[in-house]
Formats: sequence, C-alpha cells, structure tokens
Amino acid sequence: MGALFSGLHKDKGLQIILGLLFGVVFGFLLQKGGVTSYNVIIAQLLLTDFTVMKVMLSAVIVGMIGLALLKHFGYVQPHPASGTIGSNVIGGLIFGFGFALLGYCPGTVAGAVGAGALDALIGGVVGILVGTAIFAELYPVIKNRLLIKGPLPAITVQELLRLNIWLTIIIMEAAMIGFLLLLEYVGY
Amino acid sequence: MTGNNFSFYRRVRILNYAVILRNEVIIILELLTQATWSPYVAGAGIGVLVCLAFLLSNRPIGCSSGFVKADGLIEKTIRPSHVEKEEYYREIVPEVDWAFMIIPGIVIGAFISSMLSGQFHFILVPTTWSATFGNTPVLRVIIAILGGAFLGFGARWAGGCTSGHGISGSIQLSLASMITAACFFAGGIATAMFLFYVIGSA
Repeated sequence: MGALFSGLHKDKGLQIILGLLFGVVFGFLLQKGGVTSYNVIIAQLLLTDFTVMKVMLSAVIVGMIGLALLKHFGYVQPHPASGTIGSNVIGGLIFGFGFALLGYCPGTVAGAVGAGALDALIGGVVGILVGTAIFAELYPVIKNRLLIKGPLPAITVQELLRLNIWLTIIIMEAAMIGFLLLLEYVGY
Repeated sequence: MTGNNFSFYRRVRILNYAVILRNEVIIILELLTQATWSPYVAGAGIGVLVCLAFLLSNRPIGCSSGFVKADGLIEKTIRPSHVEKEEYYREIVPEVDWAFMIIPGIVIGAFISSMLSGQFHFILVPTTWSATFGNTPVLRVIIAILGGAFLGFGARWAGGCTSGHGISGSIQLSLASMITAACFFAGGIATAMFLFYVIGSA
C-alpha cells in the first residue's frame, strides 16, 4: 500500500491535478461552511459568532484521529516541523494583524474570490502577493537574526507533555469537543 | 402464469430501486444546493480532506506557499536572474505544482458551491465593514491591500497560515502550529476589536 502511494507521490503531473482537485473540494467546503464571508470571519474575531472556530475545530477533531490511525497502520509518515518563538509567535501576531484588516486568510480569500468578493480579489490577493514578495526579499536578512530565535521546547504536544500519543490525542479530543459543547451550551 | 408473476414482481422491485435511487439523488442535490452546511459538517469534511492529502499527496493542506510561487512565477517574467539568486525561491520553488494549484482550485470550488446555492454575487464592500466605515470602495480596498500584505508577510514569517498551521499542523499535534494558530487569533481579535470598537466608534 505504501509503495503504491509513493509512486503517486512522485508523479508530478498527477500531483498537479490532485492539487487542483484538493483545492476544489476545500474551496467547496469552505464556502459551504460559511467561512469565505468577510462578515463571518470578522464576527469571529469580534467574538460575536464562532463559525470559524467550529469549522476549524471540527476539522482538527476528525483529522487528528484520522491521521493518527493512518500513521499507526503505516499509510502515512507525517513530519511536523519544529518551531521557534521568533518565527511562530512573531509571525503569528503579524498575520493576526493583517487577518483582522483584510477579514480573510490566504485560503478563504481565494474562496471569497470564487464567491464574488471583489475586495478579496483586488485587495486581498494583491496585498498577499505583495506581502509574500517582500518576505522573500527580506528572508536572507531575518532568517538567522529572527526566525531561528527561541526554539520551542518540543516538536509535538505529546513530546512536551511526555505522554503516550494516544493518551495525548484523547486529552486533546476531549478538550476540543468539550469546548464546542460549551459554545453550544452558552448559546453561540 | 408464474413467468408473468415473476416479471411483474421484478418490475416492481426495479421500480422500487429506481425510487430509492431517485430519492438519494434528490437528497444529494438538496445538500449541494443548500446555502450553508452546519460548520461541524463542513469542518469534518475538511478534516477528512487533510487526511486524504497526507495519504495521496504526502503533504498537509496549506495555502500561503501558493502565493509565494505565484510571486516567483510573475517575477520570473520580469527579472529571471534575480529569482534564481533569491534564497527563498530556492526553498519554495516557483513552479506550477500541488501547492500552487490549490489556490485556483479553491476559487473554482467556492464558485461551484456558491453558484449551486444561488449565493454567488459580486460585492466590493462587505456589510459589516460598511456599517462601521461607510460604503467607500477606495477605503475598503486600501485597507484590504494593507491587511493582505501583513497577512502574506506574517504567514511566511510563521511558515504557514490558518490551513497549514491552524488545521493541518494541529492535526499532526505540532506544538509550533498550535502556538501559531493561537497567535493568529490573539493578534486578529485584538486588532479587530481595536478597529471596530475604538477606531470605528470614534
């Protein structure tokens, strides 16, 4: 089974088609989930509506157990990357600032374009292309000065907690499901 | 006689199957044409999709690197030698591949979804924005470009966006991804509150 898919992984032409197909389904689900709308995303950031959180946490709840099972049976070998305070915390906060100004993220901006949002096209897409181009220019300067600073103590949550992977997953799943139930309970 | 009965019952049975099949087709069509799905259903679908991406393409679902590739491809037509020298474009190679194609894919998928439900419509100034900052398209577009620039810059600084870190990274139990996602929302919530409740109410 692994060998079958490793051939597929190396097939560049097929992967181009797969990338497009994954995008089509992803865009379809984002639009159906309601998260390609500026109003829904801003309402999440203003904490008046939790649709974005519900979509993201449902994806993680299902995907976390699914990927762990695929890994357990040897079908996939995911390699989560290590992180740093300099890269992940600072970059995350810069992203958050832009997220609130634009009202879309890099995936949902493409979905919003598909649903007819012109501010996403002539504002968002153009802005993101400018921002990522500036980053590409600055990358050699900030790479060793900022991005590698403050390495995180562990790569994965189970390493940090020094727990068995399945126990970690049970705790994480319970916390996420509990949070969603709490949201429903308080009326969001 | 028995032969006739047999064919009669068979015809009834086939008709029954046809009705069941027709009902299922109707259910699927109704689902596809609904304006929105429960966020739990859409989210669960995305979770399955990320697992399939690992299985079939050996990679997470991420969007921001597609924009870097688009940059490199555009820049290549203007100054190809500069692109070759650029260190970042050696790490994220500007080519039409999986990570690039997901972006037009998302546009198409959202277009299909919104057309099927009749939700597709052109907007320039979203209603939440116009209720606070007015209907001027220029202001909305300028802030959107500015926001997009910070968003793209921050996504590459952090090594991923809402889908790459927030969903795919968290699914892998990556500590860096969960911290990044928390920072996306911490920065986003603080900025949105300031924008709408402080600047917007002034």
